[in-house]
This record gives sequence, C-alpha cells and structure tokens, in this order.
Amino acid sequence: MADVHSLADRVFREESGRIIAALIRVSGSFDRAEEAMQEAFAAALFAWPQRGVPANPAAWVTAVAHRKLIDAARRDGTRREKRDSLASHIAFSVSEIADCEDNEPMNFPDDRLRLIFTCCHPALNPEAQIALTLRTLGGLTTSEIARAFLLPEATLAQRLVRAKRKIQEARIPYEVPGADRLEERLAAVQGVIYLIFNEGYVASSGGDLIREDLCAEAIRLGRVLCELLSRHAENFGLLALMLLQHSRRAARVAGGALVTLEEQDRSLWDRDVIEEGLALLERALASGDPGPYQLQAAIAALHAQAHAPEETDWRQIAALYQTLLERNPSPVVALNHAAAVAMSAGPEEGLARMAGLARSLDGYYLFHAARADLLRRLGRGKEALEAYQRAAALTTNPVECEFLNRRQGPSRSNDRSSGSR
Amino acid sequence: MMLIYTKEQEGGPGAEEGERIKTAHRALVEEAVRKGVLQAAEPLANTSTATTVRMEDGKALITDGPFSETKEQLAGYYILDCENLDDALCWAARIPTGCKGGEGCVEIRPLPGYALDG
Repeated sequence: MADVHSLADRVFREESGRIIAALIRVSGSFDRAEEAMQEAFAAALFAWPQRGVPANPAAWVTAVAHRKLIDAARRDGTRREKRDSLASHIAFSVSEIADCEDNEPMNFPDDRLRLIFTCCHPALNPEAQIALTLRTLGGLTTSEIARAFLLPEATLAQRLVRAKRKIQEARIPYEVPGADRLEERLAAVQGVIYLIFNEGYVASSGGDLIREDLCAEAIRLGRVLCELLSRHAENFGLLALMLLQHSRRAARVAGGALVTLEEQDRSLWDRDVIEEGLALLERALASGDPGPYQLQAAIAALHAQAHAPEETDWRQIAALYQTLLERNPSPVVALNHAAAVAMSAGPEEGLARMAGLARSLDGYYLFHAARADLLRRLGRGKEALEAYQRAAALTTNPVECEFLNRRQGPSRSNDRSSGSR
Repeated sequence: MMLIYTKEQEGGPGAEEGERIKTAHRALVEEAVRKGVLQAAEPLANTSTATTVRMEDGKALITDGPFSETKEQLAGYYILDCENLDDALCWAARIPTGCKGGEGCVEIRPLPGYALDG
C-alpha cells in the first residue's frame, strides 16, 4: 500500500504536467482539468492496490481523468451543445489512450508546449506566470510553492485563482504562438524559468541562501523546454547556464554564510552536473548565433573549467561580457563586465568603468559590494568601508547581509580577495 | 458619448442591488431606443481582465491590468470582434495612440456581452 502511494506521488511529480496539459486542451478549462486529475489520482490510490499497478500509470490516470471530464460534462446539463462536442472529443481521446496503454512512454499528443506558453503569457503578471507555471507544469503542490516563496498558502491560492480567471475571461489562447511571435514569446518563457531558478539561487528572503527545490524545479522545466523545442539553441543555453550555476551549490554556502567564487572549495563542485552543462553548451554554441543565455553559460563554463581561481580566463570572460553588453545593454551586465575587466586589466580599470554606472545602480547592493571590493584591493580602506556599509544596508537576504558585514572587517586590513560569486 | 466610472468591489454589487442597476439601465436603453438616440451601449468586464499595450521603440510592451498613468486621457475607442487575446493584441499594437499629441497606450477589455434588453 505504501509503495502504491509513493508510486502515485512519483507519477504526479513527473507526469502531472503532461496529463494536465492534455486535460486542459480537452476541457478548455484549467479548473475542470485540475479537478478531473485530482479525482483520477484519488481513484488510482483506490484501484491500484486491488487490481495491480497498470503498465503505464500516467496513461491510466489520463484515461480515468478523461472519463471524469465526461461525467462532469453530463452532470452539467445546461451546457448541452458544449457537452456533446466535448463527449465526442473525449471518446476519441480515450480510444487514443486505450491503444497506447501498454506502451512506454505515453504516445498521445503532448500539449505541454501550449500550456507553457499560456502560463507565461505576457498578459499575466510575472508573479502569476511563475505561480501558474510551477503549479501546472512543475511537480509542486500549492503548499510547496507557497513555502518556497515564503507566502501564506491562501495568498498563493488566490494568485492562482486570479490568473486562471484572467485566462478564461480575457481569452488568453491555449496554443503555441505562430512563427511571427514564437521567438519573442519563447524569450518570455525562458525568462520565467530563469526567474524561478534565480529565486532559488539567491532567495530574496528567508534564512536560507539557496532554495534547492526551486532550482531543481527550474532545471526540470528547462529540460522540458529543450525536449519540446529542441531546435532552439537558447533553450540549451538556458539549461546549461542553470546547471553550471547549480553545480556550485555545495560550495556556495558554508555554515550558513556566503562563500565567494574565489574562496569556494572547488572539490565540492558537482563534476557530473558541470560535464552535462558543458556538453549542452557545446551543442547550443554549434548553432552559431549565441543568445544571452548561451553567453552567460559560456562565462559560467570558464569558471567551471578553472581548477583554481588564478587559472580563470578573465580576459575571455571580459570579452564575453562585452558581447553580452552589445546584445543586451543593461547596467547589471555592464557592472559584471567592469568586474571582469578589473580582474584582467586591474582594479583601476574596473573602478573607472563602474564610475559611469553609479547613477543607474545606486540602489543595487551588488554594485556597492563590487566597488568596495576594488577599493579595498587598491588600499582605499575608508571608501571601501563606506561602500560595504551601503551594500549591507541594501540587501534583503540575511545570509548575504551577514557576508557583507563580515567583509567590512578585512577591508581595514587590506585583504586582496574578490567578491564575485 | 457617456463614459461610466465606478468603484470596483470584490464580487460586484449584491444580487438585489445588481438587479436594480440592470433594470435602470434597461429602462434607459428602452427610452433611448424609443426616442431614436441610442447608438451603442455595452458593459465592460472588470479591470482584472484588462491587458495594456504600450509601444516602445516599435515593440509592443504588454502588461497585465488596466492603464494607470493619470496624465493620459481617454481619446477614443475601437470595438473589434477578436478570436482571442492574441488576436486582440495584434490589433491593439497597430492603433496609433498619439491622437492628442503625446504617445499613449491601449487598454484591452473584454465585453461580456450581457444583453441589456433581456
């Protein structure tokens, strides 16, 4: 009995995205699809211990959920016409599934691509996009997502209700955008996945520096995107970037404190994950026109390939940031470029470039942290201390804040390490 | 043209109050039809269904929710029968918004299509 529960749990985590995507297409409603899927999982817990686990559990759940949709449509007598078209559609889908019930993997149409584009539609606000993507395509429950974002469950549930209502009432289509809009909308999808990863990588609140569940979930979504749109090299660039950053997770925090890239114990870096990231990046770069995720992944790869900090190819990293800056001009990229220049051409050179960013980045704690670092290396202790204090006052993550406060100490003794992560 | 402004409340007016408002609209529409002055009247869905399109450097910037710049004023309207929101967004991006001098935005709102006469 217990293993049936854990099997159902695994099927939910791994396959619920695909199941719900198919059910939404058939029913035209997120709510009806969710309800049917929940009922089907409940039925599985009842049926599997008695009749044995089917060869393809996910297809079984989908077929049962389809039947639940028909039942629900029959109960809903006021929508006669819709019910008839729904019933014939479902009859077709069920026979489709019956044919493949013993085949692994499921070979009925994969609707997850429609689902991912609908969840990341620009007419939904970013919080709603993230919540909906995690809830439907990810294997997380509402309470798990709420916990990951440190929100009351009711707040997250409300956010989901509003998003689903907007999709329904504003008629956000359940389809893959046409070729003319695909690139732009795909960039939005990649953006949502990377936001989820970053929320996990540098949690903006809460006591933990890394929320691994969110990173893992973002990586899983990145894999789904690669699988569904394998001709778009940036999808592989994004996955490679997340993997290369995630490979350092064990070394990034020690005793609840942040460890800089330079000070990290590189033997703790996950070599298997690095290898996978490097292979994916190579595959992406082969297509010839590297987008921003590939460029960032290439930078992460250069860090990953340096066995010691002094082996880091900062000249190459500065060149990659330069390319990134030309393609996607932003003050934060310019800051990273300046920091890389400081490492390859000296702190004065870096500091000069940062001076031009003061106006746009004054409210960004990493700007002050990076400046403080260069000032300290130049022996300008008093200015360095002021910059550290400014940085510490601006960060909301207690672990990062603690790190910056510790950094204020060495600035007096003119320590020479860098602050990059 | 007469524009209706209202305070949105969660769940809208109560059932009784809602019915009273609907009846009053119906009476007004009937009278306007009788006197031959009615051109069009239509309720809008809540602002929770709104999407705003703003052109920036030739690209359509799409955001959730109604427009919120108080210095921009209502300058005109289109009612288009669109297949879905993406279709509406394509049209909205082509509407020139600088009618009164400065560039503005287009707010898309669905018409739930309540029939006022029944």
